[in-house]
Amino acid sequence: MYQLTGVTKRYRRGKDAVTALDSVDLTIEDGGRLVIQGPTGGGKSTLLQMLGGLDRPTEGSVVLDGTDLAALPEARLTRVRAEKIGFVFQGFNLIPTLTAQENVETALVPLRLGARERRERAGEALASVGLGDRSGHVPGELSGGQQQRVAVARALVKRPAVLLADEPTGNLDESMRDEVMEVLEALWQEHAFTFVMVTHDSALARRAPRVATIGDGRVTVREQVA
Amino acid sequence: MFFTYLRRELRRRRKAALVVASGLALGIALVIVVTSVSSGMSRAQGKVLESLYGLGTDMTVTKAVEPPEEGQTTRRPRFEFDAGEGEEAQQSRDLVMVQGFQSLDASTVDDVAGQDGVADAVGGLGIRVMKVDGEFRRGQVENPGQGGPGGGGGGAVRGGGAAFDVDSYTAYGTDVARQDLGPLTTSKITSGRTFTEGETDAAVAVLDSAWAAGKDLAVGGTLTVSGTEFEVIGIATADSGDAAADVYLPLARAQALAGAEAKVTTVYVKATDSQRIEGVKEAVLKNIPGTTVTTSADLAATVSGSLSTASDLASGVGTWLSYLVLGAAFLVAGLLTSSAVSRRVREFGTLKALGWRSGRVTRQVAGEALVNGLVGGALGIALGLAGAWLITALSPTLTAELGGGGAAGGAARGGMRFGGQGGGGGSPQTLDIALTAPVSLATIGLAVALAVAGGLVAGGFGGWRASRLRPADALRRVE
Repeated sequence: MYQLTGVTKRYRRGKDAVTALDSVDLTIEDGGRLVIQGPTGGGKSTLLQMLGGLDRPTEGSVVLDGTDLAALPEARLTRVRAEKIGFVFQGFNLIPTLTAQENVETALVPLRLGARERRERAGEALASVGLGDRSGHVPGELSGGQQQRVAVARALVKRPAVLLADEPTGNLDESMRDEVMEVLEALWQEHAFTFVMVTHDSALARRAPRVATIGDGRVTVREQVA
Repeated sequence: MFFTYLRRELRRRRKAALVVASGLALGIALVIVVTSVSSGMSRAQGKVLESLYGLGTDMTVTKAVEPPEEGQTTRRPRFEFDAGEGEEAQQSRDLVMVQGFQSLDASTVDDVAGQDGVADAVGGLGIRVMKVDGEFRRGQVENPGQGGPGGGGGGAVRGGGAAFDVDSYTAYGTDVARQDLGPLTTSKITSGRTFTEGETDAAVAVLDSAWAAGKDLAVGGTLTVSGTEFEVIGIATADSGDAAADVYLPLARAQALAGAEAKVTTVYVKATDSQRIEGVKEAVLKNIPGTTVTTSADLAATVSGSLSTASDLASGVGTWLSYLVLGAAFLVAGLLTSSAVSRRVREFGTLKALGWRSGRVTRQVAGEALVNGLVGGALGIALGLAGAWLITALSPTLTAELGGGGAAGGAARGGMRFGGQGGGGGSPQTLDIALTAPVSLATIGLAVALAVAGGLVAGGFGGWRASRLRPADALRRVE
């Protein structure tokens, strides 16, 4: 479970201080699904980075399963990311020289698994997103939707407790968007991980039980019937 | 995963990798060529010095030049012939003198040998033999009784005079029991034999092949010096350049011929360690007054000509140039790697987001740079070996001039030919040496070390940048 208390994030931009998050309090239950919406530059991605331990708040705490990510030393924070948190990015962020199989395996490298186990689990993850037959292809040989599905497989291959997706369909056309969302929702239902997604797409937001709207650094959460 | 990722990245960035590797290769090749040419120069200089000193000699000790006292004239050879009345006979005379008229007591050899750091010391006597051979002819009185005014009626004396051949050659009195040190080591016996240990006072001689050929002498022949007949037992040929002497005699015989009993002109010294040569020189100068010590370094300083110029170029401009290129290659490699990291911030940010530790990312970047460095090193070694091979194949001839002009040259030349003094002022000795560029294992080791260092420097630049990337910053920068 996530428990964010008084999370504030300020940046310095030249001489000016920009407040991206302003005393945000937020709770996300284990296995819950939350969509974050808001205007560009409103702090959505910053909030996601706080949840993922990619950045630290200027003030406040980000507690995941009883551990305050904001207070963890870098090495332990890296370990939390390696074991518990999966990321899906808008631009897929696949390594262009590695095959789909190898890209998925990169998420298992920090877990120090043997090569054979890495290979098997990556193969299973690719099969679970419907790309078992494209494991030997490099990203350049895959469509956008396929690339994002590889990214989803990479995020989930380590069986994380949390999946954080930053505009996962932002670079996809409508059909590919649906294709990717169907995969994500199916996996969420199957594995019951906590699923937090940033999106501009209201159609996608309507499919989530909770929507957090962020503006001027402040968050308001509304429950909605799926 | 490490090697797969590394291989794929290098393949993807092969142009940049080639630029980095080529830069390093050029620098490393230059270092190899310059080092091997320098080594060839040293070998050439060593050959030159060896031809003067003999194998294994680190320095010579000679008597310091003493200026003539007031009222004294410079010593020079003097011939005295009897031109007795009525004689018209052939006259011949050998004048044997100590080379440079300066000699040391033979006990100096033991004094030098007793100095700390001296492994061996051998004395020798350089002498010069001047042979004057010819006749006086009496003048003839022509037209007796028709003398000029006031002439006494004797007529005019016409004709007459003297016709003499003057021949000069050098000889060296060798310590026959200690032939492993000294000038004779610069030559090889090509006919006959060398002295035996028992021939300390034997009337035997070894001749330089070039001189012997000119005199039509061979093994078994006889050389007469000041009335003493010496049996020619061997012919020696100089390894390179001129021989140290024309004739080699047992030391005692040379001393007797020159009237220099218990005297030597030169002490040839071998140090226990090449690092101690300067120390030994200082010790000899301090403890044995009145001596001049000439080390191989002193002698090397008198080498001039194209060998010296090329050597200076190799050790000066060449070394600086190669290290400058290498330094620039390191810098370019570092900057290119660093720039590559800048272009891959999203990639590294993603890996960090996936839980890759900074160390692992740094190792990946450093590994790529290291492989680049090693590829550059391999290319550089190949290029350097080819360059060195080409130089050796072409074997450009370098000329070494020795002891030409100047007091130092004179002293060195005196030391080298006979160890006597006063050799100065002679025309410089010229040697042609073929330049080679031997590549030693140490040079290859240096090249490999430079390649690894280049890779590490480049990897250090890139790795440092990669390790400082915070995942949020890396991802934010590209979103």
